[in-house]
Amino acid sequence: MATDLKSSVIIEVAELTKRFDEVNAVDGISFQVHPGEFFGFLGPNGAGKTTTINMLIGLARPDSGSIRIGGLDCRKNPKAAQHLIGVVPDESNLYPELSGFDNLCFCGALYGMGKAERVARATRLLEDFDLTKAAHRRFGGYSKGMKRRLAIAAGIVHRPQVLFLDEPTTGIDVASARSIRQLLADLHGSGTTIFLTTHYIEEAERLCDRIAFIVNGRIVKTDGVASLLKPVHDRYATLINGTGLSPSFLGDLSSSFPGLDFQQHSQDRIRVESSSPIHIGPIVKLLEDRGVAVTEARRLQLSLEDVFVQITGIEADAMKKEKMKAAA
Amino acid sequence: MKAWIAFWNIVLKDMRAYYLKPPNISWGLIFPVAWTAMFFIKSGRGLDDVLAVLPGVVAISILFGTTSMLAVTVTFEKKGRSFERLLLAPIPLELLMLAKTGGAVLFGVVNALVPVAIACFLADLSRVAWGAVVPAVVLIAVASTFMGLFIAVSVSEIFEAQTFSNFFRFPMIFLCGLFFPIDALPVLLKPLAYVLPLTYGVDILKGGFHGGNIMPLPLNFVGICLFCIVLFYFSLKNIHKKWIS
Repeated sequence: MATDLKSSVIIEVAELTKRFDEVNAVDGISFQVHPGEFFGFLGPNGAGKTTTINMLIGLARPDSGSIRIGGLDCRKNPKAAQHLIGVVPDESNLYPELSGFDNLCFCGALYGMGKAERVARATRLLEDFDLTKAAHRRFGGYSKGMKRRLAIAAGIVHRPQVLFLDEPTTGIDVASARSIRQLLADLHGSGTTIFLTTHYIEEAERLCDRIAFIVNGRIVKTDGVASLLKPVHDRYATLINGTGLSPSFLGDLSSSFPGLDFQQHSQDRIRVESSSPIHIGPIVKLLEDRGVAVTEARRLQLSLEDVFVQITGIEADAMKKEKMKAAA
Repeated sequence: MKAWIAFWNIVLKDMRAYYLKPPNISWGLIFPVAWTAMFFIKSGRGLDDVLAVLPGVVAISILFGTTSMLAVTVTFEKKGRSFERLLLAPIPLELLMLAKTGGAVLFGVVNALVPVAIACFLADLSRVAWGAVVPAVVLIAVASTFMGLFIAVSVSEIFEAQTFSNFFRFPMIFLCGLFFPIDALPVLLKPLAYVLPLTYGVDILKGGFHGGNIMPLPLNFVGICLFCIVLFYFSLKNIHKKWIS
């Protein structure tokens, strides 16, 4: 039984640590990824996501701990597992002066594919990724969405068992992001193990089987998406907007409605949470009696974002803005 | 076999992407021609001086061609992150860097052919010891390329690569016996000549072209080979330290 469990793990990380000067970028993290799984790695900027991914793919050396990919010890022999993995970094690392087709052929050659094989594979991938028309154009002239699609194609040109994706939809338009999510879902459907880092929590919720939250170099929670969402499925939340709605009302509201949890969401907004359906009428009446002009009360669908906020204490919006600022 | 497919394709890609581009071809042609013309005019001894000047011109053509190209292309790829893709390929780092330098070595050798081809029309090359000249050209190209690699892994910006290259290249023109005999150097500068790889390569060329070498050829070959090994070793060490840390 133990052997079966072991063989069903494709990435095994134990007590992985990496320090930069006085900072513990990655602080003793452990996790496992199973074959064919879509594994999400979520955390704010500077949480240690990229450092972890760099150690897994062989671009950084851990200070301690172990990494095994496909059963191969990546610390003892960092090059050993590189034929099993494909990598799609957050920024394109293809050659701007080469065409899309030549880039794919070159990437195939780096993994030892013969000429006929890589030409056939590149042609097929360009078709699958809807890039055939742009195949012989310079990669430098591609749009951001096309660049990202070709980068993913380059990551899987050698048919890796595990694909590492770092922020695949950051900085691209909505249509391209949707098409990339579909491509990733198809890849996952074909049996490729995918390791995804993203700051789009809803993307992770939609795509991933399991997710690890990483904060300050430590994994604070790892679980299946369904299990992570379970606590919020039994919760109800409503957002109330109103002119003059300030934190000073929170005490009053909490004492008047003891079963409800009130929080200031932002300027002129209060969030109400409860384990049972929320009757909004009495709350609105109380606020209006106190001189607040209530403009809207909207039921919120609780999501993984709320789970993330609960577990990490980090506002997801703040994380998103921070990341977009960095991308810009 | 699979690693060699990667090796060969890296060399081919670099040749197509960088070395066979018109500006670089013109650099490879114009630069040696300009140096040749400059030293002919300066010597004032006309065509009699072709064989005396040739070792220096050949060496300087290789030196400038290889160090400029490799230091800039590697820094450029590192900056654009495409170098990361090479580091992710399942081939040994040593082979990867040999592939990366292979194109520059070929470029250096082709640069060396330009002054030799011109000299064919201007002087009698029938008594040239090609058995010494050809390996010397290759070894100078390898040593200069590895010097370019050493520079590339020591800097992070393209302009730094250029500046750092010149820091090595220009003193070498004067210290390695290219155009000014080492014996004529001030006593304090003489030892410097022997810690620069080009000195040994130029001395072999002098021996091959007109028999004017000052050190035994085997010693020169050992000297330049040692420089190649040391430069490559420290470049790899630096890559491990700085790029895969």
